[in-house]
Amino acid sequence: MKKKTKSMSLNFGPQHPAAHGVLRLILELDGEVVEKADPHIGLLHRGTEKLIEQKTYTQALPYFDRLDYVAPMNQEHAFALAAEKLLDIEVPIRAKYIRVIFCEIGRILSHILNVTTQALDVGALTPSLWGFEERETLMTFYERASGSRLHANYFRTGGVHQDIPLKLVDDIEQFCKSFPKIIDDLEGLLTDNRIFKQRNVDIGIVSKQDALDYSFSGVMLRGSGVPWDLRRSQPYEIYKDLDFKIPVGKNGDCYDRYLCRIEEMRESVKIILQCIERLPKGPVISVDGKIAPPKRDELKQSMEALIHHFKLFTEGYRVPKGNIYSAVEAPKGEFGVYLISDGSNKPYRCKIRAPGFSHLQAMDYLIRGHMLADVPAVLGSLDIVFGEVDR
Amino acid sequence: MINNNLQTLEKLINSELANKVKFSRINNNELLFEINKEDILEVIQFLKSNDKCKFKQLIDIVGVDYPEDERRFQLIYLFLSHEYNLRIKLLIKIGEKQSIHSVVKIFPSANWMEREVFDMYGIKFNNHPDLRRILTDYGFKGHPLRKDFPLTGFNEVRYSEKDKKVIYEPVKLEQNYRNFDFESPWEGTNYIKEIKKSETNEKKN
Repeated sequence: MKKKTKSMSLNFGPQHPAAHGVLRLILELDGEVVEKADPHIGLLHRGTEKLIEQKTYTQALPYFDRLDYVAPMNQEHAFALAAEKLLDIEVPIRAKYIRVIFCEIGRILSHILNVTTQALDVGALTPSLWGFEERETLMTFYERASGSRLHANYFRTGGVHQDIPLKLVDDIEQFCKSFPKIIDDLEGLLTDNRIFKQRNVDIGIVSKQDALDYSFSGVMLRGSGVPWDLRRSQPYEIYKDLDFKIPVGKNGDCYDRYLCRIEEMRESVKIILQCIERLPKGPVISVDGKIAPPKRDELKQSMEALIHHFKLFTEGYRVPKGNIYSAVEAPKGEFGVYLISDGSNKPYRCKIRAPGFSHLQAMDYLIRGHMLADVPAVLGSLDIVFGEVDR
Repeated sequence: MINNNLQTLEKLINSELANKVKFSRINNNELLFEINKEDILEVIQFLKSNDKCKFKQLIDIVGVDYPEDERRFQLIYLFLSHEYNLRIKLLIKIGEKQSIHSVVKIFPSANWMEREVFDMYGIKFNNHPDLRRILTDYGFKGHPLRKDFPLTGFNEVRYSEKDKKVIYEPVKLEQNYRNFDFESPWEGTNYIKEIKKSETNEKKN
C-alpha cells in the first residue's frame, strides 16, 4: 500500500543568513525534495527609480551605489554612460582608464564575496575569512580614490570626480601582483575539495536555451556555455584595446559558475595591470563647463567658473530630449539603465535593469526537484544581492 | 557598422510587419518601433523566431507614465539578439483602463517583469500565470511609479511599543516635502555647442 504524503510549506528567510539578504522563499517540500519555490522579494525596495525622477542627474548618481552594494562603481558606470550618450560628450582618455580600473576592482570585490560566501553556504568557513581581508584592501583603494569604502559616488557624467592619488596606482599594481597567489590559495581550498564538489557539481544545471529564455546574463549565461560578455561584444570605454579572455562554462551547474568567477578574477587582474601600464596623463573629467564643475583654483579667479559652479550645483545640467538604453557588464551580469529625458535637469524616467532580478526569477525552475540543502548552494551561485533585485 | 545592421533590420521589420509597425526610427544608435497592443504576440514571436532577427532574450520591460496623454502608459520591450549582436526597442502605448497580452508563453522571463510593471503602474496583463504585486509591501495600495503618486507615499510603518508590533500610519511630515524648482527659465546660449558641432563636422569632413 502506498502511503499518502502531504507536502509541507517552509518559510526560508527573510532573516536566514544563507538567503544573502532579505529573501523570503516559500518552499513546498515533499520530504526533503523541493516541489516549488516562490521567492517573495521587495523587502529592501526603496523606490530608487521614483527617487531618481525627483533628482538632478548629479544627485541621482549616488543611488546607484546603493543598488549592488558590493560593486558600487559598476552601477554608476551604467548611469554615467547613459547620460553621456544623451549629452553626446566625450570622456577624457585618462578618465576612461580610471573607470575601467575601478570597474574591474568592483568585479573582484563582488566575485570574492560571492565565491567565498558560496563556500560558506556549503560549509567552508575559511575562504570567507581569507577573502574578506582582500576585499578590505580593495575597499581602501575605493576610499583613497573617492573618500568612502562602499558608497563611492565617484563617477560623474563626463569622467570621474577627482584624479587618483599618485601612490594609489603603485599600490593597486602591488596588489595585482600579489592577488593571483590569493586566488590560488582560495582555489586550493575549494576547487578540488571533495565536499565543495559534492555540494556544487551537477546542482542547479541551466541549459543554454533556458539561460537565454530566462534572460540570464553574465556568469549565469557564460556558465551555461554561451560566450557573451558585453565588454567584448559591445565594448564600451577602452575594453576594445585590452587583452583579456572570457571564461565560459560547460555544464551550467553551480561548480562551473564558481570556476568562471575564479577565472574572471584572474582576467580582471590582468586588465587592471594593462590599464596601469598604459594609464595616460591628462584631465579626468570633461572640460565642458556646462557639464563638469570647474577646478577649485579656477573658482577663485574666474567669474565664468563661479557661474558654472553655481549653476551646476543648483540647476544641474540639462540633458537633451531622448531615450537611451545603456548596459555594462557588471560582475553579476548585464546591468542596464533605460533613461528617458524630457530635456529638463531631471530624468523623466530611469528604469534600472538589474541582472539579479532575472536570475532570482528562475529560482523555481532551478531548484525544483533538488533537495532542501541545495537551496543555499543554488542561491549562492546565483550571486544575488538584494540591493539591486529590490531596487 | 552597427548602424548599417540596424538600418537593414529596420527595413526588414518594416517590410515583414508592414501593416503592424506604426512608426520606426533610429536614434542614438538604437532602433525603436511602435506597434498596436493587439499585435504584440505576433510581433514578438516574429522577432524571436525570424532567422534574420533571432532576438532570443527579453532584456527588460519598461513602463512609462505620461499622464497628460490620451493613452497614458507606454511599455517599452527591450530585446537582445546574441547572434547578430543587436538590440531593439518595441514601444506600445496603452490606456489607463486597457490591458495587454502577457508574453510569458514566449519569454518565461517576462513573468516578473510584467509583475513589476503591474505593481508600479497597474497595467493588467491578460493570461499572466500569477499577476501579483512583487516589489511593494503586502497589502500595498496604489501604483507608486505613476506620476500622480506622491514621492512620500500615503502610509508609513513603525514599531509600536504599545502594541508590540509594526503598525501602519498615514504619513505625517514635520515639514512639507519641498521640491525646489531650480530650473532656469532661460534657455541659455547655444553658441558653444554649435561651434563645437561645426568643428567636429569639419574634422569629419
